[in-house]
Amino acid sequence: MRDVVILRVVAKFLIPVIMLFALYVQFHGELGPGGAFQAGVILASAVILHMLVFGLETTRRVVPVAWLRVGAALGTLVYGGTGVAALLRGGNYLDYDALAVDPVAGQHLGILLIELGVGLTVASTMVLLVFTFAERTRR
Amino acid sequence: MLTALYVALSRDLLAVIMVFSANSLLAAGMFMVMDAPDVGFTEAAVGAGVSTILMLLALRHCPRHERPGRRQWLPLAVVVVTGAVLVYGTMDLPPVGEPGNPIHLHVAPRYLQESGREIGVPNVVTSVLASYRGFDTLGEAIVVFTAGLGVWLLIGARRRDEEP
Repeated sequence: MRDVVILRVVAKFLIPVIMLFALYVQFHGELGPGGAFQAGVILASAVILHMLVFGLETTRRVVPVAWLRVGAALGTLVYGGTGVAALLRGGNYLDYDALAVDPVAGQHLGILLIELGVGLTVASTMVLLVFTFAERTRR
Repeated sequence: MLTALYVALSRDLLAVIMVFSANSLLAAGMFMVMDAPDVGFTEAAVGAGVSTILMLLALRHCPRHERPGRRQWLPLAVVVVTGAVLVYGTMDLPPVGEPGNPIHLHVAPRYLQESGREIGVPNVVTSVLASYRGFDTLGEAIVVFTAGLGVWLLIGARRRDEEP
């Protein structure tokens, strides 16, 4: 699909917008609809659109598979680590009240951290899945 | 409803995937109408977006048209009976939106009234998912991670000597 000019131009325009929207959904999730899971999938769909238009090889140069493997594991680790951090600060597992002096601030910090973790895991895993299938198809 | 029937009856798999995606989009619109934008978001992004791409990629491994097979009556009977039992079960459910329903009396009022003070996050869905039900969401994240890891290990990973 590399030679279809319209697709290429539209994709180039849309991909940054989709990524920006993913970040908005990620960090605005506390205030409006949305959250980390949705943000992760939207971010992944930007990368997948890039792959569909520019080909698997090009996208793998932009987003190496090694990053995705690390990202998927790191996101889960951040989530679990937030729980352990709460434990170390004297609360229960995943009890964000213990993360800061003020319980509400602790809740904010905890939610921000675990949403980061979920977003990272979901985005990396989705892209990794599609990459794996696409590569399998090519062989 | 129509789209689901088409998916069940058509033998052109490419068309089935397209209609399936449209079905997801309609479902997303339905969730939006029912004031559940969080769910609608997910349905649109996952159902209509990513899973369509995955199914299209999987379709490249198999022929485009399903082979016409023998009509199987037993599975049809099982499905119809199960569906009838489920519909019969819904008759016992309380009417939608009634304030006295069990679902509105259990933990929901506490979440709705206290989350502003305890969590300080305007979106109650977020505070329930991320804080009150943090363990469930942790499990979800691990499920996603494990699924990705499984697929990658089964069909994606190459042994060291196969590296190009």
